[in-house]
Amino acid sequence: MVASAMASLVAIVCRAQAARHNPVQRQKSSHIYLSFALFTALLCTALVTIKPAKADPLVVDLSNHLVAISTGFTGTDVLLFGAIENKGDVVITVRGPERDMIVRRKERKAGIWINTKSAYVRNVPTYYATAASRPIELIANDRLFASYHIGLQNQRFVTTMNGDDTDDSLYRDALLRNMEYVGLFNDKPAKISFLSNQLFRTDVHFPANTPTGTYVIDVYLIRDGRIASIKSTPLVVSKTGVSADVYDFAHRYSALYGIIAVIIAGIAGWVASVLFRKN
Amino acid sequence: MQIYLPIAEMSVNVLLILGLGGGVGFVSGLFGVGGGFLITPLLIFFGIPPAVSVATAANQIVASSLSGVIVHWRRGNVDVKMGLVLLVGGLAGSSSGVGIFAWLRSLGQIDLVISLCYVVFLGTIGGMMMIEASRAIFRTRRKIGTVRRSKKHQHGFLHRLPLKVRFYRSGLYVSALLPLLVGFLVGLLTALMGVGGGFVMVPAMIYILGMPTSVVIGTSLFQIIFVSANVTILQSIQTHTVDVALALLLVSGAVVGAQFGARFGAKIKAEYLRAGLAALVLAVCIKLALDLVITPNDLFSVAPGNL
Repeated sequence: MVASAMASLVAIVCRAQAARHNPVQRQKSSHIYLSFALFTALLCTALVTIKPAKADPLVVDLSNHLVAISTGFTGTDVLLFGAIENKGDVVITVRGPERDMIVRRKERKAGIWINTKSAYVRNVPTYYATAASRPIELIANDRLFASYHIGLQNQRFVTTMNGDDTDDSLYRDALLRNMEYVGLFNDKPAKISFLSNQLFRTDVHFPANTPTGTYVIDVYLIRDGRIASIKSTPLVVSKTGVSADVYDFAHRYSALYGIIAVIIAGIAGWVASVLFRKN
Repeated sequence: MQIYLPIAEMSVNVLLILGLGGGVGFVSGLFGVGGGFLITPLLIFFGIPPAVSVATAANQIVASSLSGVIVHWRRGNVDVKMGLVLLVGGLAGSSSGVGIFAWLRSLGQIDLVISLCYVVFLGTIGGMMMIEASRAIFRTRRKIGTVRRSKKHQHGFLHRLPLKVRFYRSGLYVSALLPLLVGFLVGLLTALMGVGGGFVMVPAMIYILGMPTSVVIGTSLFQIIFVSANVTILQSIQTHTVDVALALLLVSGAVVGAQFGARFGAKIKAEYLRAGLAALVLAVCIKLALDLVITPNDLFSVAPGNL
């Protein structure tokens, strides 16, 4: 509130100064002084009637709220930037849309490796990454991160076991390991760099196999081992252009898609035979 | 140069896929085979999901078998009647194959079944071809002996089946049940393995049906077009795993590769070609067999739960 009032004040003064050097705008300057007076009056009443509102201790935004997967998509970085008031640490979590997963375990049967047991895991984020301004153990203790479900180890997965295994931690670990292997989970927090005491930035990387859907980015301001503020901002990853159209078509009109795929292949084969005959 | 595959949902290097298609096309032109048995394992090897590889290979086979059959059609080497009977069996077989495919996929056993089918069929056929080809090479070197011809008119159990039909182009009078059954089994393989099934169909036509070699390839290609088209459409409906972009890239590469393969193949003796093909088939078989036996890096695998 105070910050925005300051900003508009600065803007008005600047415009007034610019007008002084510009003869065409000179007539307008009286308007500006009038609005300046009005603004000052408003500011005074605001300061009198409302007790000074605490400034937002945490402001964040993204360079882009839409990651578009086009035909040439090979992964991208989204810049997350923001400002904090006073000193503090910042921790960021990025969660992709959730879906159920099956983790299967192989066992050797008659000499060959066969999937035997499995665990059905509900509500697994299809993407998970964190970033922190300092090594995470220096920022706060494990209990805080656990209670806010920050970090891969603090995710609550509901698993249904299928087989005689009773311990689901093997499957949990396997899930995290496999998702990390394909680049969709990132256990090591990325670096958040501070440009000054207040301004911070970090790049969130989305690989080529990034799932589509709505992502949630949570930004935590942590001071003295306690959460001082939380900001949440959405990010949409969606297919665009030809690949989106093809995907939609293949799922919506699947029979027609199959027929078209056959026709395209047929034409390609016919063209090939024509070329072949020329030679 | 990367392209994002809409169905496989991953980005691949265009040149890599074109090269893959070109390489397989070269082999298929060289040896006169469809190359489906190479395409599917290679796609899986390069990280394309097995389900997408199998379904997309079926789509690619439509193109390669059509361009092949046009050549044989002009020479009159297609027994349409036999092809249609095989096709009826093939459509039934491939339709049930797609059903089995979806069922195995939900059980998490599809990768195992694909690999096992490959090991069994490639091993058997590659082994037999290798024995036959090395005998032929041995004979031509010594310049002795004659190639044993299969008897055309064996009157065993297979020829006492009912529903006898006359196939004029093949000069055969056999029970229609026989080609129906052969068509059914090859159709099943087409759906499960993403192959045209020519490498099973051709020996079956020669040795089980007793068809003359001249019409065998044209006729098998003729029915493979329709069976693989059927698989492509059914996979699109049931599993949504046919990637048109991937298939087109493969076809473009394969068309060019096949030209060079055919020219190169014309310079090489037939028995050496067969031995080379047998070696290649066995190599793919051994690679897949080892993958089944060797302890995998990770005993756990992850798949989406709500297919």
